[in-house]
Amino acid sequence: MSNPLISARGLTKKFGDFTAVNAVDFDVAKGESFGLLGPNGAGKSTIMRVLAATSQRTSGTVEILGKDPELFGPLVRAHLGVVPQQDNLDGELTVTENLYIYGRYFGLSKKFIKNKIEELLEFAQLEEKRDAKVEALSGGMKRRLTIARGLVSEPDILLLDEPTTGLDPQARHILWDRLFRLKEQGVTLVLTTHFMDEAEQLCDRLVVMDKGSIMAEGSPASLIKQYSSKEVLEVRFGSDRNKEIAPQLATMCERMETLPDRILMYTEDGEKLLEEITHAGMHATTSLVRRSSLEDVFLRLTGRTLIE
Amino acid sequence: MSNAVDIAMNRRSTAMYAGRPYVLLERGWLAFRSTNWVPVVTGFVEPVLFLLAFGYGMGNLIGDVTTGNTTIDYTLFIAPGLLANSAMNGAIYDSTWNVFWKLNESKLYKTMLSTPLGPLDIALGEITWALIRGLVYSIGFLTVVTALGLTPSFWAILAIPAASLIAFGFASFGMAVTSYFKTYQQMGFINFVLLPMTLFSGSLYPISVYPDWLEKIIMALPLWHGIELVRAFWFGEINSGVFVHVTYFVVMIGIGLFVTSRRLRALFLR
Amino acid sequence: MNAGIDVPTIQRFGALYIASARLKSMSKWRTIIAAVDIGNPLFYLIAVGIGIGVMVEQGSGTSGTNGIKYISFIAPALLANTAITGIMDETVFPTIEGFKWRKLFFAQNSTPITGRQIAIGVYLAALFRALFAVIAYYILLLAFDVVNFGISILLVPIAVLGGGAFGALMLFAAAKIEKEDQFFNILGRLVIMPMFLFSGTFFPLTSMPVYLQPIGWISPLWHATELGRESAFDYGISTTMVVVHLVFLFTLLVIGLGLATRQFERRLSK
Repeated sequence: MSNPLISARGLTKKFGDFTAVNAVDFDVAKGESFGLLGPNGAGKSTIMRVLAATSQRTSGTVEILGKDPELFGPLVRAHLGVVPQQDNLDGELTVTENLYIYGRYFGLSKKFIKNKIEELLEFAQLEEKRDAKVEALSGGMKRRLTIARGLVSEPDILLLDEPTTGLDPQARHILWDRLFRLKEQGVTLVLTTHFMDEAEQLCDRLVVMDKGSIMAEGSPASLIKQYSSKEVLEVRFGSDRNKEIAPQLATMCERMETLPDRILMYTEDGEKLLEEITHAGMHATTSLVRRSSLEDVFLRLTGRTLIE
Repeated sequence: MSNAVDIAMNRRSTAMYAGRPYVLLERGWLAFRSTNWVPVVTGFVEPVLFLLAFGYGMGNLIGDVTTGNTTIDYTLFIAPGLLANSAMNGAIYDSTWNVFWKLNESKLYKTMLSTPLGPLDIALGEITWALIRGLVYSIGFLTVVTALGLTPSFWAILAIPAASLIAFGFASFGMAVTSYFKTYQQMGFINFVLLPMTLFSGSLYPISVYPDWLEKIIMALPLWHGIELVRAFWFGEINSGVFVHVTYFVVMIGIGLFVTSRRLRALFLR
Repeated sequence: MNAGIDVPTIQRFGALYIASARLKSMSKWRTIIAAVDIGNPLFYLIAVGIGIGVMVEQGSGTSGTNGIKYISFIAPALLANTAITGIMDETVFPTIEGFKWRKLFFAQNSTPITGRQIAIGVYLAALFRALFAVIAYYILLLAFDVVNFGISILLVPIAVLGGGAFGALMLFAAAKIEKEDQFFNILGRLVIMPMFLFSGTFFPLTSMPVYLQPIGWISPLWHATELGRESAFDYGISTTMVVVHLVFLFTLLVIGLGLATRQFERRLSK
């Protein structure tokens, strides 16, 4: 990648004996939407904090716009918009005041911020809540405000740590729509998530992480293509029988995963496989044919599901 | 290149300091405007109540007080001590419970440190805010007391900078101590130290009533120096003691600022 | 399915279950509770009792305190105040926590336990803490020779009664308020502190200007203090006044508890 905005080589972070991030390499290009996908505890948030220049790595190199965040902390942070996992809005202030004072932390002029606020309120669809106290906002509104706040300094890179965790489906879709717009405007997004649908929706390119290491890298489509089949047949025979019946199914498909509640069968044609199973005299309680997803990629790579 | 980056370049911000402690004051003012004014107003009432209760109530039981070679009315005796006390209380409130909240619950400092602001901006800003509050308290109290005819000398006006110094000392030190506390139980410890210091430091009676060893301990405590400093100005008795008291607070401020900014860095930029 | 739940027993003893749960959670804080409940009044006793005591002796002697040594004069008031602040802590915080912060009451109310029982349970646990603190403090007073053992043991139930009267009102207030952000400040500085200072704690109520004396009349602390002084030192209060004090405190307790239980029921069924 020529001239990446972010570049990490051998990035390692240890807390005592525990290695949270283990020799990770990745680059992020300008205008790209880059994702870190993995379960809780995979080391995603730790990487985010290193990128945000608020945590010091144990070893390896990191450059953000060519600068080491440890040596140029304030300067690097001036390039970044940070949206942490937990909203840390200023509860004593109103919506507008939150945006205003955050801009002041960057040293921006009052006039600049005043104009910017209008734009951001519109972007976050919070015009009607401009004078509301933060407590009075819903979870989705708070998250949108946090994102708007991260944008007040017109950052080159927006770091989003689990942007939709804890939001209801409707609020998630609104948020995804907003993030799409940012992408269209050319803002570089770096986000962590443990939702495969979110990664598929938002990321141009992502790394799959587990236990501090990168397991695979690529676009969502290429990862699925590389690590999974076209379709998946999910069958359930009841929690007691799944295990019993699994060996009989194993020979019928390319690959199979037996989960406590269901069996996943990887194949090019799910409907056909289901017919074969029924034909063989096994009657599933429920069955579902779907396309492969990043969840399947993760399962293939780690033998575990994303949300446990 | 964005505006924020230009600013960070021009200011040559260091990891510790971006040169913008005043934005903390701005934030303090915004928060004060909407919610925080109640503790400030009630904080002003407290020393006045003490003055009324002890001055007029106790005055009847005690009469006059003799310290050194001067004999004065009891109410007049306690007024400067109460001023020092209220300066301390105002500063402590802002720099302990408030800071504890922002460190551990609202995570405000963490948010600030994810911007180009540095730990020293936060420490200086918060402490200055506490200082301003201490200043407002002392001006209010001095006004009331003067109206009651309890300021014998013109020098009493110097009690205001003295009170600011006291507030500064306690604010920076209090913030440093708070940065080590993680639980509410530990915070309770602060009150547990403050109350005896307040009661024993001689705002309500001369510490000469105590045995020598206890007197020495009291004289090592910051509040005693604060009270003596205010008292010296109040009664226009400027002597070498003033220098000692001032030095005591300057050292306290230095230690407090140093520890606080180091600590914030260790907490949030590791 | 019924896991052997004995509804009538719960209905009879629900308040006790709540109280024991409260005491269990209090025990996590026992060190700090003990330190505050015993330490704070002890500091006041030593600092004010001895420090100001010396000055009172040099001033009016014991003529202002009906012939009672100054440190003994303030002891019953400090004892009652310990009960008041202890009960206040254990009614206000758990109630706001139960309704708002952790909404524990709503969970408890989804069992056969009623709102009324929750209110009484919280209140009983608070009384228990106060009882413990007051007994410990009373023993200290005996050890320091501030009071003599005998009928003065009535100080203990009197202090708890005073605390209970005030605490019942606090239980109601805490259940009533919806926004608590400034409640503690206002309560601490505009209710507790003035009550502590102007209830004849450190000097007889009558030595204050007449217009300040009504603060004492409505203050449970004053009524409990007067009763305490009478029981410990034969303070010279008429039987009529003893009855007045008792009636006042009991009336407050009954009204407060009535309002509180009703408010608990209401808020839980909202």
